[in-house]
Order: sequence, then structure tokens, then C-alpha cells
Amino acid sequence: MTTNSNPLLETQEVTIKFGGLTAVNNLSIEVNKGEIVALIGPNGAGKTTAFNIITGVYAPTKGKVIYDGKDITGLKPDQITRMGVARTFQNIRLFKKLSVWENIMIACHLRLQSNFAGAALRFPKYRAEEKRMREKVHRLIEEFGLSRYQDDQASSLPYGVQRRLEIARALATEPKLLLLDEPAAGMNPKETEELTHFIREIKDKYDLTVLLIEHHMDLVMEISQRIYVLDFGETIAKGTAEEVQNDPKVIEAYLGVEEGA
Amino acid sequence: MKKEDKILSIILIAGLFVFIAVADKFFNLYVQRVLNLCAIYTILALSMNLINGFTGLFSLGHAGFMAIGAYMVGIFTVPVEIRPMVYFMKPMHPAIADIEMPFIVALILGGLLSAFIAFLIGAPVLRLRDDYLAIATLGFSEIIRIVITNAQSITNGSLGIKNIPPVANIWWIYITMIISIAFIVLLINSSYGRAFKAIREDEIAAEAMGINLFKHKMMSFMIGAFFAGIGGGLYAALLGTVDPKNFLFVLTYNFLLIIVLGGMGSVSGTIISAYVVTAGQEWLRFLDEPLSIGGIAIPLFRPGFRMVIFSLLLMIIVLFYRDGLMGTREINWEMIKNFGKRFKLRRVKSGEVQ
Ligand SMILES: Nc1ncnc2c1ncn2[C@@H]1O[C@H](COP(=O)(O)OP(=O)(O)OP(=O)(O)O)[C@@H](O)[C@H]1O
Ligand SMILES: [Mg+2]
Repeated sequence: MTTNSNPLLETQEVTIKFGGLTAVNNLSIEVNKGEIVALIGPNGAGKTTAFNIITGVYAPTKGKVIYDGKDITGLKPDQITRMGVARTFQNIRLFKKLSVWENIMIACHLRLQSNFAGAALRFPKYRAEEKRMREKVHRLIEEFGLSRYQDDQASSLPYGVQRRLEIARALATEPKLLLLDEPAAGMNPKETEELTHFIREIKDKYDLTVLLIEHHMDLVMEISQRIYVLDFGETIAKGTAEEVQNDPKVIEAYLGVEEGA
Repeated sequence: MKKEDKILSIILIAGLFVFIAVADKFFNLYVQRVLNLCAIYTILALSMNLINGFTGLFSLGHAGFMAIGAYMVGIFTVPVEIRPMVYFMKPMHPAIADIEMPFIVALILGGLLSAFIAFLIGAPVLRLRDDYLAIATLGFSEIIRIVITNAQSITNGSLGIKNIPPVANIWWIYITMIISIAFIVLLINSSYGRAFKAIREDEIAAEAMGINLFKHKMMSFMIGAFFAGIGGGLYAALLGTVDPKNFLFVLTYNFLLIIVLGGMGSVSGTIISAYVVTAGQEWLRFLDEPLSIGGIAIPLFRPGFRMVIFSLLLMIIVLFYRDGLMGTREINWEMIKNFGKRFKLRRVKSGEVQ
């Protein structure tokens, strides 16, 4: 669909079945470098499942996931993260009992070169690595306005701050592609507005490509270059914000849900 | 660590050395033995806590790993000349009959063999759900006992190995304990330790942060087994004898009690609890002896009653004090200093100190 022959992320006719249920059917999306792309659709449409396939939580029943020109289908989540794909979770999955600082430090571990003996015995190489990790985490904490929470247990933070921490943690893995699963869930319009700017800001600063799932339409319409719409696992529409907004199938899908509700 | 805290830690360790020297010279053998057992159980409980408390795995194989270390020391440190006397029912297998090792070599090899066995158990099982590890390690610790009982030309079977040179004096044991604690604490406070805790907290999130679950679980499991083997080796060289009945499952249960009581995920809690439980079990031995008051035999007091008490204790902790003594917290210098300050402040208020 785009002239760019080399998207950063591409899913090729990805299908996944859970027993009799086809949660995602023939999903083919492309995300080009530097874009912000949204995945929308009613509840249960298969959006989170698509994220889970891209990040290796599930292996698809059929189809391929290509990232940065490499076939990553069936790789494990940690391998995919190491290649530069980071994510947040719809139901916030922080390390609840650990501090804010530890949460972000953990996300630096994947780039560590020292082995366990070097780490435990504090070899100079490890000391240098630990120092660099601490600096990086310190920078992220400042940038995300988490300084005053630094030593607090993650579960004790206000909801919005937890969401911010989850993004900070994802960035600590040094991703090229960031997947955000409903980052504005539970936020009021003002917070959503702030988040919108914030996503743009970090995207530019860290040279990211973003794929996001969101129900807040103002955020989606404002921020994303392109949108894919899923319903019952099918891709019912794709295109720019206006194209999608005026698509009768999309209107029907959303209205259909409201009627049913 | 701050410089001041470093100095305090050095003073603490120096103080411990003075204590060992005093204990070595002046304490009677019974007290020394209890102190030594406490230290060995500290190593074992802490290594089990690394696996179960810090990494969130559920391993029940510690008695088995301990047995491997103990038998390594037992088999290879008994002097070659007296082996015919020890292996009097069935002579030692010719392949190993002439191999004698210094204690330290056998001790370390025992740890390494334990770690290797842990690798063999972990390789298929650690990829599966966590409950499988509990089942597999439970099976392993029973199997290892049966193997030891039947491999008579190597282990002397159910007769056990006697006349092991009792080289593990209080110095050996306490220095090994200090090294083990230091290593485990440093590991836990390194990036690897944080990765272990991440796995304990949320495997899915840990994996999404790029942590290879299998590799890190295996690492924790093998390091834990290594120190269990070391603890077992010290145990053999403390008692001077080993036999398969030393390593019944109830021993693992004992370590579990220690770490639950002290706090899953707390080093200082484990150390305190290892001393309290081990010394307590020594002092509560009277529970296992028949007791009669005024000529009337109290029916409960018989062998095994001690274990009943401890099981009840474990149940009470699990039901009412989930976090044990320390939870995942640690005693550190900051805490002690604050405690000291509070104490001083109170005295100032009440006018004792002007
Ligand atoms: N592991 C699983 N096993 C069985 N069914 C699943 C599994 N994961 C998801 N599903 C089903 O797949 C469908 C899509 O779920 P998914 O979570 O992807 O929806 P979603 O688009 O993210 O919805 P929401 O907006 O509510 O988050 C649902 O019907 C869900 O019940
Ligand atoms: Mg979802």
C-alpha cells in the first residue's frame, strides 16, 4: 500500500485460532519507520492478540511477522525485545512489589554483557556497565517526571503514573518499535491530551516507530498517520484518520457494538 | 554502599572472627556443634531462598543436592588405608578405591556436581510451568536416596560412610558461610538478582523486558544447588559420617520452614531464622523424649512430636504471617542507625541524657 518497500514491521496474513475462535484473521499490517500507526476496533476485536503475536507471546496459526527485514515469527518475547521491539500492557504489568527505580533497571538487564560471576564479584567491566545503567535510568526517571516516586513501590503509584512508568520501562530496553496497548485507558481528557503530546515527544527524541491500540478516538485521530480497524478478528478498514472515520463499515462496527450493549 | 557502611561491615566481620576465635577456644563441644549446624543450615536455607524466594521457583530438592555434596566429601576424603574397614560389607569399586582428595577439592567438586545435576533436572523441566519443578525435584531427592542406598560399592549403601575426617571445624564452616552469604548477597544486588526478582514478580512482563526466563531460572537453580552441595559437604565433614537417612525429605521441609519463617526473599530474615529454627530444634529435643509428670506419662511426647510442633508453626505462619519475619525487606545499616537514633532521642526526651 505504501511506496516504501521496506517497512519496519510487517505482518503477512497472520491468523490465530484459539480452539474454535479465530481471534485474528489474515491480518496484514505495515508500519514504516518513523510512523505512528493505530490499531482500533471494538472490544474483543483481536487487537491485544495481534500485539501478542507480534511480540512473540503467541505463535500465529498461520502467517508471518517480519521485523526490520527479518522473519521473527515464532521467536520468543525476550528475543524479539532484544531486537528492538518493546511494549506496554493493557492491564499494566509492572513489577508491583519492586521500586520504580528497580522496575526500570530491570529493563536494562537485556543489554548487559557481563556474566553472573563478573556481576556478583563486581569485576570492573560490570561496575562500568552498572554505572551506565544507573545513569540511563536516572535520565529516564527525570524525563518522565518520576523523581519523587523513585524509591516507591510500583503498586503504590497513582494509576496515571503507573502508565507512565510502564512506558519508561519499555524505553529502557532501547527499542526501535514501541507498541502501546491502550496507553490512555482510564485517563481523563486532560491527561489524555498530555499523553498525546508526550508520545509525540518521546517518539521524536528516541527516534521511535509507534504502533498503538487506543479507544480514545481524539488521541488516535490526532496522533496517527494511519489506522487499521479490526472487528471480530477481521481487518475491516485501513487508511488515514478521515478515510477510516467516514468508512461505513467502521461506523457500523462501532454502532453495532453500541446497539448490542 | 556508602563508605561508612563499608567500614561498619568490615567491623562486623572482624567481630565475627573474634567471636569464632572465642567460640573455638572456650565454648564446649555441644555449643560449638549447634553453632556449626546453624551456619550450615544458613548456607542451605539461603541457597534455597535464592531459588524459591528470590526467583519464585518452587524447588523441593535441597536435601538431594545436599546429599550429593555430602557424599562427595564422604567418598573421597576417607583415607585410602582405612577404606576396607569402612566398606567392610562390599569393597569400594576399584575405579575409585584409590582416589583420595583434600577436603576443599571434594567440597567444591560436590558443589559443582550438584549444580550439574540441577542442570539435568532443570533442562527439561524449567521450560514448563512452575509446578513441574516441585514434582521433579521432589522425585529427584527421593531417587538420589535410593541410588545412594543401592550403589553400595560407591556409597557403602545403607550402612553409610563412617570415619570421614572431621576437618570442618568452626573456622572452616564460618568462613565458608561468610563467603556464601557474601556471594549470594552480591548476586542478588546485581543486575542478575534484579532479573530473578522480575521473574518472581511477573514472568510475562520479565520476558517482555528481554529477560530469557529459561536461562535465568536455570542460573538461579544451579547456583542454589551448588551452595546446597557445599552445605552438604560441610555437614559430612562436621558429623564425620553420612548415611542415606540423613537426607530424608523432612530436611528440605526444614529449610522451607526456615525461609518461610524468615521471609521469602530476605537474606537477613533467612539468617536469623536459620539460627532460631536450628538452635530451637536442638533445644526442643525434649519434645521427642517420653515425658512423665508426677508419674503420669504425657501421651504426646514421643519421637516425632517435635516435627508436629514445627509443622503447626509453619501452618500458622502461612495462614497469619504470610511475609514471615522480614518479608522481602532486609536489615541494613541505615535501619540499625535509625534505630539507635530513635533510642537516643527517647532517652533525651525522658531527660536521661542531657
Ligand atoms: N489466550 C486466549 N485463549 C482463548 N481466547 C483468547 C485468548 N486471548 C484472547 N482470546 C479471545 O480473542 C478475542 C480477542 O481478544 P483481544 O484481547 O485480542 O481483544 P481486544 O481487541 O484487545 O479487546 P479489548 O478492546 O477489550 O482489549 C476475544 O474473544 C478473546 O476472548
Ligand atoms: Mg485488548
